[in-house]
Amino acid sequence: MKKTKVLVGLASCGIAAGAYKVYDKLKALQEADKLDIEIKKTGCIGMCYREPLVEVIDETGSYLYGEIDEEKAVEIFDKHLKQAEPVSDYVVKSDFVESKDDSFWDGQVKIASRNCGVIDPENIEEYEEQDGYKAIRKILEGKISDEQVIQTVLDSGIRGRGGGGFPTGLKWRFANKSKSDAKYIICNADEGDPGAFMDRSLLEGDPHAVIEGLIIGAYAIGAGDGVIYCRAEYPLAIKRLNIAIDQAREKGFLGKDIMGFKGFNFDLYVKEGAGAFVCGEETALMASIEGERGMPRKRPPFPAEAGLWGKPSNINNVETFANIPYIFLNGPESYSKYGTEKSKGTKVFALTGKINHGGSVEVPMGVSIRDIIFKLGGGISDGKKFKAVQLGGPSGGCIPEYLADTIVDYDSVNATGAIMGSGGMVVMDETTCMVDMARFFLDFTCKESCGKCTFCRVGTKRMLEILERITQGEGKEGDIESLEELAYQIKDNSLCGLGQTAPNPVLTTIKYFRHEYEAHIVDKKCPAKNCKKLITYTVNPDTCTGCTVCAKNCPTDAIDGARKEVHTIRQDACIQCGMCYSKCKFDAILLS
Amino acid sequence: MRVKRILQEKEAAMQAPVDLTLIDPLIEKYKGKKGNMIPILQGTQNVFGYLPAESFMKISELTGLKLSEMYGVATFYTQFRLNPVGKHIVKVCHGTACHVQNATAISEAVEDALGIKDGETTEDRLFTLESVACLGCCSLAPVMMIGDETYAKLTGNQAVKIVKEIKIKEKN
Repeated sequence: MKKTKVLVGLASCGIAAGAYKVYDKLKALQEADKLDIEIKKTGCIGMCYREPLVEVIDETGSYLYGEIDEEKAVEIFDKHLKQAEPVSDYVVKSDFVESKDDSFWDGQVKIASRNCGVIDPENIEEYEEQDGYKAIRKILEGKISDEQVIQTVLDSGIRGRGGGGFPTGLKWRFANKSKSDAKYIICNADEGDPGAFMDRSLLEGDPHAVIEGLIIGAYAIGAGDGVIYCRAEYPLAIKRLNIAIDQAREKGFLGKDIMGFKGFNFDLYVKEGAGAFVCGEETALMASIEGERGMPRKRPPFPAEAGLWGKPSNINNVETFANIPYIFLNGPESYSKYGTEKSKGTKVFALTGKINHGGSVEVPMGVSIRDIIFKLGGGISDGKKFKAVQLGGPSGGCIPEYLADTIVDYDSVNATGAIMGSGGMVVMDETTCMVDMARFFLDFTCKESCGKCTFCRVGTKRMLEILERITQGEGKEGDIESLEELAYQIKDNSLCGLGQTAPNPVLTTIKYFRHEYEAHIVDKKCPAKNCKKLITYTVNPDTCTGCTVCAKNCPTDAIDGARKEVHTIRQDACIQCGMCYSKCKFDAILLS
Repeated sequence: MRVKRILQEKEAAMQAPVDLTLIDPLIEKYKGKKGNMIPILQGTQNVFGYLPAESFMKISELTGLKLSEMYGVATFYTQFRLNPVGKHIVKVCHGTACHVQNATAISEAVEDALGIKDGETTEDRLFTLESVACLGCCSLAPVMMIGDETYAKLTGNQAVKIVKEIKIKEKN
């Protein structure tokens, strides 16, 4: 009989939700009872909205428990682990118990994240049990040539998962063709895009898959050294990568004469980023590895000819590398059978915002955005109305509700004015102000602009000033046109992707939500009731109990009224701080 | 945001003298290696919690790295600080997901409770308030991080309560 296995999801979100307490509790209980079971750590299971997650795999099958605290852990231990009676109330996924969360898994296909939440990421043997490092072994033992490796990647149809969507095989071929004494392969793990965490979950959940992908890439292009450029804000990912690299080196998957094959030498290290969004851009990232300010360089020469330290280099994203071993293990057609004509395979999305089931999902290309949000995502939280979804972060755009049937593939998403990006999907409801969203992203890109190109450096600042005015009720006629003019100039006159895409959030919101801009500028109203300066606060006489809490908290003494009598707000003294609204226990403050 | 972090004279006077020998092993390790500037600065900040002005001089003298270039790098990346920080760094996430879940309310509540603005340190040197781009816990938004601990699905009041609890613990 197989030993019962207990897996506790210990990626960053799980830990933030208190998964370590649950893990420690289960461990302590096991110790006290001397129960013969295995309790293990694992990475991101994906169901972030139900963290902390505990999976029990007994002889009958698997039971995934959600929102487990120490108390519930005791219950699961006593009932399920000791008496083999599953606690169905807490089950969020199982073959034996129906759960209202089942729709979260419908249509998911796990390729890049195949081992996340399955194996202990700090244990190389568990990765090997899942056919880990067999793809590179197959290539080396089968004496498959570098050209054949590249052809296989081309056949799979995989395109760069960092957002650009450039065919990975083609990129490898360029780097392969460059002649040089030294070449580099780099993994871009500088996931600076706010609202995206796919790469973090992959690195925390299955670092070896990324490393194996890098080894295969190094073999294909002939690189001797590799770098994983990971942002310093991901301490757990860095820790697990370093553990994984040490283990791989010890087992002979990295270093000299890899796996006993004479002359195949490759080693890699983790380079911690220092916090600059622009370093997600290839040439800026390389400048940063060289110890300089992360400023993009002019292309050509392309990194495939002269990249890191002036040598031919190839950069791919975390998710791209994580897919590579799978493609070699199962053949390119096992990957290309998913997806659409021009976008093959699957894509991991980080589903967040005003949505019921926030988490990390992997779906085949070609699924509609509506299906992702309403089936997997469980719809909009608090029963609100779906308004738009933001794709691609600060470089992307907002797709409105009426275009939600757009399918996810590079070309269809681009046609809306947004971009696929790295996979951040932030859902917005009727209470999100689109002008404020545009201001938020511009504020981000303005701060993150490296300052090299004038249009990006000054232009984003000017756009931000206009947007700030509009959201504060000081918009003027002609502001929308000025924004558009600046946007096109910045796009046309910036060297790198940051500048070329920075205006996208503004352009897409103007395109789809022009009426909201006009409401702010002309009527001085914020339809989403989000921009504080444009809101009028009044007291609802029917629900006001005269408790005086609002009056006591008002910083400008703008609220009159005696105890147990209906209060009133003097508009001339009100500064729209919203204090009364947040303090009122009876929902008696109205916004308009 | 970046410009703001350039050292003010008044704050420079507040800096206590630092023991520069602490970074000797670091300089020894990276001296002469290519691409060493960022690791040296990161290491120095790990030792002191920030980059003291004197450390620039010393590194420059011993490694030959140019002062201007080091200053350029230190002010380019958000990770580097030129001022001493409080014992606890309160990082309020302002990523997209947190923004739509009203992270501004968290920042404002903590600002009020501590009597400091974003980027500042309290007089007792206990807290530094920082707004950060994205902590990657988007489905638990809005979040705040103090030390290694991440606090999820917050409201302004809860955030203030957490900060106050730390303050009380420190006072005892």
